[in-house]
Amino acid sequence: MIEVRELTKRYGATTAVDALTFTVRPGRVTGFLGPNGSGKSTTLRMILGLHTPTSGSVTVAGRPFTDRPRGLRHVGALLDAGDAHGGRTARAHLAVLARSNRIPRSRVDEVLEEVGLAAAAGRRIGGFSLGMRQRLGIAGALLGDPPVLLFDEPLNGLDPEGVKWVRGLFRGLAAEGRTVFVSSHLMTEMEHTADELVVIGRGALIAAESLAEFAARGRRLSVTVGTPDRARLTELLLAEGAEVREEAGALTVTGLPAARVGELALEHRVLLDQLTTRTASLEEAFMELTADSVEYLAGDKR
Amino acid sequence: MTTLDLPVASVAEPRARFRDLVASEWLKLWSLRSTGWSLLLGAIVVVAFNFGTAWDHYRYFLQYDEASRAEFVANDMALWDAFTYNAALVLILSSAAMGAVAVVGEYGSGLIRTTFTAVPARGALMAAKVLVVTVVQAAFGAVVAGASFWSTQAMLSARDIGLPITHPGAARIVVASALLAPVCAVAGMAIGALLRRGANSVVGAVVLLLLLPAVLTDRRHLTAVLAHATPLHAWQRLADAGPPAEELFPWSAGGAWLVYALWTLGGAAVTVLAVRRRDQ
Repeated sequence: MIEVRELTKRYGATTAVDALTFTVRPGRVTGFLGPNGSGKSTTLRMILGLHTPTSGSVTVAGRPFTDRPRGLRHVGALLDAGDAHGGRTARAHLAVLARSNRIPRSRVDEVLEEVGLAAAAGRRIGGFSLGMRQRLGIAGALLGDPPVLLFDEPLNGLDPEGVKWVRGLFRGLAAEGRTVFVSSHLMTEMEHTADELVVIGRGALIAAESLAEFAARGRRLSVTVGTPDRARLTELLLAEGAEVREEAGALTVTGLPAARVGELALEHRVLLDQLTTRTASLEEAFMELTADSVEYLAGDKR
Repeated sequence: MTTLDLPVASVAEPRARFRDLVASEWLKLWSLRSTGWSLLLGAIVVVAFNFGTAWDHYRYFLQYDEASRAEFVANDMALWDAFTYNAALVLILSSAAMGAVAVVGEYGSGLIRTTFTAVPARGALMAAKVLVVTVVQAAFGAVVAGASFWSTQAMLSARDIGLPITHPGAARIVVASALLAPVCAVAGMAIGALLRRGANSVVGAVVLLLLLPAVLTDRRHLTAVLAHATPLHAWQRLADAGPPAEELFPWSAGGAWLVYALWTLGGAAVTVLAVRRRDQ
């Protein structure tokens, strides 16, 4: 269980994290979503005590993480796949971590096996691909068999097989009753992994709810209607209180279900040649929610 | 679906021990190939500087006139070859750099975040690191100073001018030269912990340990005191062989040993304290 209360971090005049409050519960995978630069990594670092909050507090299992003299048995974290020295072998890197926390050496080979790096254990990390480094970072997080796990963008650089494996791993860890907190800037990555979502933008909380609730919130139905008599149908739909846009020779209707659009057309003998319901995807819901808080917007909109 | 009330195994944790951190740092140091190579290269260069000087004296000794030879023996000049000023400069540079790298190597790679997440007791971790680096550098210094003394005196003995370790002042030169390595390595660690960047730290070490002592003159009282407070001058004081040189502001060997001790303790304190509150 991770409890974040009014957590704030300022660097000079910049507010990286702004009064964040949320709770990450055990037994499920919680996705931590936000556009680039929204403060996800800063928040994760404050959870781990690497950065000191300007104000507010954060506890892991009821205590600030920095109160623990050794961390690996309490929280396993993968912050950045690059957080290792390229000159060491994968086995040596993990052996150093294990030794500092009094974890038996045999555990190193176990986790290397688990993440699929057993064959590369004796190779130096400098020669690893990003995907291999991610696996090594995950191995490090698993070393202490901790009840709380944090992962910052763990899917970067993984091949499709690796992505599938990581998703299965996260679900498995959560099913064992652990707290699994995974950050990402892509909704699609979370769609098949997370049960709960914490969404932030510009350091402030936008949503903290289940994936289903989040999906419902952004699920604005629209109906695409094709008819030769667009002007007449538009008039009828507007009279019913719908919003109508004309695009690509068809009408896009929001605010009325497809069934009601069909009824109206029948009543007034308007010929329809297309009637399709479209659902906004989770990705669209996420984009819509965070649109106001995107830090670095591409394009020429001013 | 997920089960929300699965019991999370309560964390069974063995007591945190300092010696595990020391063992971990030991492993961390030696699991880098560069550690062994840097030590070997540093040792070869330092010993070569000393041996080269002794070889020079060996080679040209017979060409000296009678007075020069007598002066060489009377002034215990064989001990000057046991550890030369140039060798001391190289030793200071290499040990300070190795000390700095032990710290900034973690910052440069980002490993420091992994380290402090595994060990939130940052001060204890840095203390363990200081201990490991100090012990390794003390051994390195002992090997280098011992090999320098043995090889130079053996060479000079071929001209019957080599001196034994029991000769007055000889042991002090070896010990002072050996300890110069850990003193400067800990100073390097402190600079690394403060500056956190490789290039900055090496420049900082060169300025503090080599340039500063070179520009501080011992002609005025204030600058003499400041100069004496540097490891290089302390080493010069301790490695001074033969009859005492005439100095405007003479100081005792005890003072020089104290300078060694204070740099080590101060460097260790800075290294441990520098990481405590800062964002990593």
